[in-house]
Amino acid sequence: MAVATERSLSMVNAVGEAMRQAMEADPTVIVMGEDVVGGAGRGGSKENAMGGSFGATKSLYPLFGGTRVRDTPISEAGFVGAGVGAAAAGLRPVVDAMWADFTGLAFDQIYNQAGKMSYMFGGQVRLPLTIRVAMGSGLSAAAQHSGTLYAIYTHLPGIKVVVPSTPYDAKGLLLEAIFDDSPVLFFEHLKLYVAKGPVPQDPYRIPLGVAEVRRAGSDVTIVAIAAMVGRALEAAELLAGEGISSEVIDPRTLSPLDEETILGSVERTGGLVVVDESPPHCSVASEIAAVVGEKAFDSLNGPVRRVTAPHTPVPFSPSLEEAYAPSVQAIVDAVRTIC
Amino acid sequence: MDVSADTLRSLHRTMLTIRLFEQRVAREFRTGEIPGFVHMYIGEEAVAAGICANLRDDDYVTSTHRGHGHCIAKGCELDAMMAEIYGREDGLCKGRGGSMHIADFSRGMLGANAIVGGGIALATGAGLAATVRGTDQVAVAFFGDGAANQGVLHESLNLAAIWRLPVIYVCENNGFAESTPAAYATSVADVASRAAGYGIPGTIADGRDVLEVLAAARDAVARARAGDGPTLLEVKTYRFMGHFEGDPEKYRDDEERKELTANDALGSLEARILADGHASEADLDALRGEIEAAVDHAVEFARASAFPDPSTIERYVYPEQIA
Repeated sequence: MAVATERSLSMVNAVGEAMRQAMEADPTVIVMGEDVVGGAGRGGSKENAMGGSFGATKSLYPLFGGTRVRDTPISEAGFVGAGVGAAAAGLRPVVDAMWADFTGLAFDQIYNQAGKMSYMFGGQVRLPLTIRVAMGSGLSAAAQHSGTLYAIYTHLPGIKVVVPSTPYDAKGLLLEAIFDDSPVLFFEHLKLYVAKGPVPQDPYRIPLGVAEVRRAGSDVTIVAIAAMVGRALEAAELLAGEGISSEVIDPRTLSPLDEETILGSVERTGGLVVVDESPPHCSVASEIAAVVGEKAFDSLNGPVRRVTAPHTPVPFSPSLEEAYAPSVQAIVDAVRTIC
Repeated sequence: MDVSADTLRSLHRTMLTIRLFEQRVAREFRTGEIPGFVHMYIGEEAVAAGICANLRDDDYVTSTHRGHGHCIAKGCELDAMMAEIYGREDGLCKGRGGSMHIADFSRGMLGANAIVGGGIALATGAGLAATVRGTDQVAVAFFGDGAANQGVLHESLNLAAIWRLPVIYVCENNGFAESTPAAYATSVADVASRAAGYGIPGTIADGRDVLEVLAAARDAVARARAGDGPTLLEVKTYRFMGHFEGDPEKYRDDEERKELTANDALGSLEARILADGHASEADLDALRGEIEAAVDHAVEFARASAFPDPSTIERYVYPEQIA
């Protein structure tokens, strides 16, 4: 029997394919943001010169044209707010805000407008808005182009937060996000953009709020977010050599958070390490630690460990940046303190 | 301007409804029955009435913290509005929004907004939605002179200009941003002059004359519907009351207030209707009685409505919680 060759795609192309398939399926889906086309208005080969800062939207403009694929001026409050208004008026906009750090310029539109409309208007409005951003350290992009910020948005009622760690998840979760009726912040980690993984051609969706167990284990639960999933898996491999069996959980979405999978795992393993490439104060690592401390305290054999970045902005110099995100060794060390 | 008797009477009904509704809200607020705080639109009725008279049910508006007038002019029901102001389950937003967050999406009223300038980008997006769908709907962003200095206005004007969006940006310049005079806080005498920076028409109407507002809005709405892009329309108006009910208003000049309130757009319109023979004193009295009864009914409706059940506090954060 012939076995279909598994197709391999990078995360950036998986994300692009999700947008293309969403636009094919639903004429109300539009894509807008800075340089999602590039060379807008110049015509010929100059037009569509960029296709997004990382090329994710490259296939869209030639297929769908300028009505549905729109380059915006550099005015985050204006175009993110327009995305909110367009969603309130019946479209499903996918807004590219380029970098997570840039969402600060549009924070009122996300926090006071998008996130509160359903609630303060008594459920009258659905707000099917997706905001895509790149995030993460590792490219010497320095303090204003490297932050994760997902903790900020996880804090906000009315907003959903997605943090894929594989190309497969990125496609399925983005399709789900676009067709979800809430505002969704979709975080794409730069360090994960290029590596390829299996991605089916046909559209598929992954529900929000369902974690994935990346490695089964029995001695400790490691919850890792986005690019930290890979490091947690490496750490688990090293620990296995020492006879420590780690379960690695990728929450995939932070809001909603799949507490059940995490709690169920901790109840079996008796230990929790959370790996989060963000400053520790009021972080998602802290939230997961608190959830486990509150709901699975009796299962814990020792303290919960958070392995996070230091409480600093992301540094520029490679020597400093290398020390910023949690390392495989830091994860191994944290596990050893409780196993 | 040549307008029909029906148009005059319709504008008058809208303005008088806003006035009487607002006066009653102010009165009931002082009894302590209305939670939170309320911002009165009294004196500015000609703006909402004159603009919205040019709109269809499927056009969009975004509003401000001083939004009751926009809601009424866009067709919101008084009963459900009042119940919302009272924080009751039968309110337009089921009591979750209150005076500063009244919305009625069934009438294109995309929400009063308690962030100064908060509705401007939203209206821009509503105009974008109409453009993408290829309809001839338009969107109106109401905002005050205070919001004229918010960055989001400038970003939105630029965006709407380059995309030729069907949006009318209506600056209700009532002279004060809370207590700060527009003359102090704004670098130009006319907010409308800033339109030049975006290559779009900037027009000024006198808010003491509803027919001037009506005409200016008619032109702007026609441009938008025809696909000719946005307009910045500044209406010079005056806030008769404080920033909020209970404002001690120590920043006010009594002489100025006397002069400006003497030129009440509502009074001028009534005088014209009488002078032109479109209605008699008795007709106007009857209309006033009819609206007062409707406002009475709204208050009774609100009082009879239950407060939201505390067990529902988490409902409506996400749409899946609505069922």
